Amino acid sequence: MTTETGTTERGAANGGGDVLLEMRGLRIEGQSDEQWSDIVKGLDLTLRRGEVLGLIGESGAGKSTMGLAAMGYARPGCRISGGSILFDGMDLMTASEDQKRSLRGARIAYVAQSAAASFNPAHKLIEQYAEMPVRHGLKSRTEANADAVELFGRLRLPDPEGIGFRYPHQVSGGQLQRAMTAMAMSCRPDLIIFDEPTTALDVTTQIEVLATIRDIVDQFNTAAIYITHDLAVVAQMADRIMVLRYGELVEEAETRRMLSAPTQDYTKSLWAVRSFQKQAVMAPEEATPLVKVDHVTAAYGDTPVLHDISFEIHRGRTVAVVGESGSGKSTTARVITGLLPPVSGQVLFDGKPLPGDYRQRSKDQLRHAQMIYQMPDTAINPRQRVRDIIGRPLSFYLGLNGREREQRVRGLLEMIELDPDAFIDRFPGELSGGQKQRICIARALAAEPAFIICDEVTSALDQLVAEGILKLLDRIQRELNLAYMFITHDIATVRAVSDEVIVMYQGRIVEQGPKDEMFTPPHHDYTDLLLSSVPEMDPDWLDTLLAERAARKERGESVMASGDQ
Amino acid sequence: MYKIVKMVAQRLALGLVTLFVVSLIIFLGVELLPGDLAQEILGRSATEETVAAFRRDLGLDLPPHTRYIEWLAGIVQGDFGRSLASQREISELIGVRLQNTLFLAALAAIISVPLALFLGVMAALYRNSVYDRAVNVVSLSAVSFPEFFIAYILILYLAVKFPWFPSLANVDPTTPLMERAYRSFLPALTLTLVVVAQMMRMTRAAIINLLASPYIEMANLKGLSRSRVILYHALPNAWAPIINVIVLSLAYLIVGVVVVEVVFIYPGLGQLIVDSVRTRDIPVVQACSLIFAATYILLNLTADVLTILTNPRLLHPK
Repeated sequence: MTTETGTTERGAANGGGDVLLEMRGLRIEGQSDEQWSDIVKGLDLTLRRGEVLGLIGESGAGKSTMGLAAMGYARPGCRISGGSILFDGMDLMTASEDQKRSLRGARIAYVAQSAAASFNPAHKLIEQYAEMPVRHGLKSRTEANADAVELFGRLRLPDPEGIGFRYPHQVSGGQLQRAMTAMAMSCRPDLIIFDEPTTALDVTTQIEVLATIRDIVDQFNTAAIYITHDLAVVAQMADRIMVLRYGELVEEAETRRMLSAPTQDYTKSLWAVRSFQKQAVMAPEEATPLVKVDHVTAAYGDTPVLHDISFEIHRGRTVAVVGESGSGKSTTARVITGLLPPVSGQVLFDGKPLPGDYRQRSKDQLRHAQMIYQMPDTAINPRQRVRDIIGRPLSFYLGLNGREREQRVRGLLEMIELDPDAFIDRFPGELSGGQKQRICIARALAAEPAFIICDEVTSALDQLVAEGILKLLDRIQRELNLAYMFITHDIATVRAVSDEVIVMYQGRIVEQGPKDEMFTPPHHDYTDLLLSSVPEMDPDWLDTLLAERAARKERGESVMASGDQ
Repeated sequence: MYKIVKMVAQRLALGLVTLFVVSLIIFLGVELLPGDLAQEILGRSATEETVAAFRRDLGLDLPPHTRYIEWLAGIVQGDFGRSLASQREISELIGVRLQNTLFLAALAAIISVPLALFLGVMAALYRNSVYDRAVNVVSLSAVSFPEFFIAYILILYLAVKFPWFPSLANVDPTTPLMERAYRSFLPALTLTLVVVAQMMRMTRAAIINLLASPYIEMANLKGLSRSRVILYHALPNAWAPIINVIVLSLAYLIVGVVVVEVVFIYPGLGQLIVDSVRTRDIPVVQACSLIFAATYILLNLTADVLTILTNPRLLHPK
């Protein structure tokens, strides 16, 4: 069992196992604009039976491409152009499509990042589970169904007999991810590729999925390649870690050694990412709050989503709103911006009440509350140049045109640390994710607001890039004395940026106060669950935590269930 | 299930409203036609008195809204009035014709829908292959020729050079089923060639559109065969657009058969409407238009219901 066996012991115990997968000098090319360029540049990888290998790196490092190559599979638009892939003695480079097909699912299984998107919406879970063993001729339909129920139970899914007969949309994200892990297990494969299986989940849900994945991999002594960009997660899962960058290996070592003594600068920079810390801002005692949310209750149609929410945001300060998905964080933002008029209560700006509906607000009222969104890709118009994206609020709110507008756009680009000459004529497609988010920030700043809502602004970005964005937002805040409302589910971000913290759960504020108080016990039960669920770099963290929670449960103390149940 | 019944009821009600609006438009349209109906029918030699008497006879001397209400009240009771040309009950006249048209449409649908689905799925399965291109070229050529041209080509080869099928599709209510199908084969084949391309291309496009989705990649990574991936994983999610195109094609088979019926002298609604327009038999034209409108509304309703039935998200809400 996991709880007794630490990661190291497992690694050591299997260190002498047979080699299951061996890649030598693997090269993979991707096609863009009619040109082939290297995605993976001659990587070596060795995996023994029962071993868990962590692949870590930023987006574009070639992690997923590597993972799929282990199945002899290249995504459309990619091709494996060189090197060798040996799986249990079989050369996947020369194997026929039929041979590879008989391997996929049966001996090498895949768990995708988003189970919600990777389960077929048209079929019940159990049908999709049973499909693999039945089609590979390993089990009859009846056997496969019985096996599904057993594995659903082992993965601690609620109602294992019944859940298989639901469609994917009827099951929550965390449960789907576990069901997908069960499905990967259905043929008892030798190797499972986990491609960021918990990235899309809340921390409270993630922990359960991590625990079940670890459990099941141990129970069947399955080898695994665990792909992620989250170091703390990989520290819990892997025996050995490979750090990738631009399709090349940066560093490879056994997990504990990698965490305690990374040798490469890049690895160290990854490790140091969470070091950013905002300077504390003193609370202005008597001043009127810039934004005051006053006993707001809101609903979508007949479904209530917010219950009696009250809080204040002062000039120059950052209020972080945390909670899992569905807790009402973004809905609160929608009420403040007037997109969702509240059922009762009101929002005050600088002491004066704002109309509930944005259509009744004056241009000036609208100008003062700007938003930056989670997905910079979808938040800016791909057919407009940077000049027009940033220039639009300048003409709309401030009536600037011609040269004046151009100068202001350039000024804003300098402020967000992008060279105006190089960037002003670009389309969003010619920008990286972090650059796009910077453009979104500039667009928000163009309106000269007093208050900006940042809705998960760093969630879609790599850690190094996210760090840059946080620093930028911090600098701008100090220069312009802006107030931020920072919506996030990432506790590390909260620690980094906030002055005050609001914890939301099921549409209610369960706790709020200055950051230092919030991170010091005693906590509300839910805050405690949230804080303790954040993975830490310590490879024993998951074991310790699970043991602790189990012990508390045994003593009969309440351990709050996550919203996933 | 309750939700579906409720939805069907709602859509039916909405359909009736639409039909009402359509009836108004038809009536107004006819009303706006230049010339006097009675004068037209009786000819130039008719005296003032006979024309006036005839107008009274037809009720044309009444104000338009009264006539509209009477016409509508009649239709609600299943009485479409009498044909001006033959003086027969329109409902009786249309009844047989409608049956014939529906039979021809059904025959064409039975051939074309499975054929289009099969060709479309195969084209998706072997996309960009020689087969795919050949099917595309052939079906697109077929759809780009005028119907009468296809009809005459078919007659030339399948009725004249190789006399396998009759070139005249003369059926009557006493014709036995198989004989009827045999005689209607050429018009049905013509219609098939006209409608198959759109359905086939939509099937192909809808499936290929889904091939980039994560669950298709997952299906591939499960080691399933190509046909399994297409048929079991892609097709069930592609039904919505396919059904809508099929239904539009079916509607076309019923309301768009005019040319084909005329070429093959097939006694259907299309023939009737052409004859009626020629003889200025306005009540018959009105009745046919209303039937065509009702066909469209009913078929679209069917498409909506089928779309829901094939989508588990709508069929089994959370």
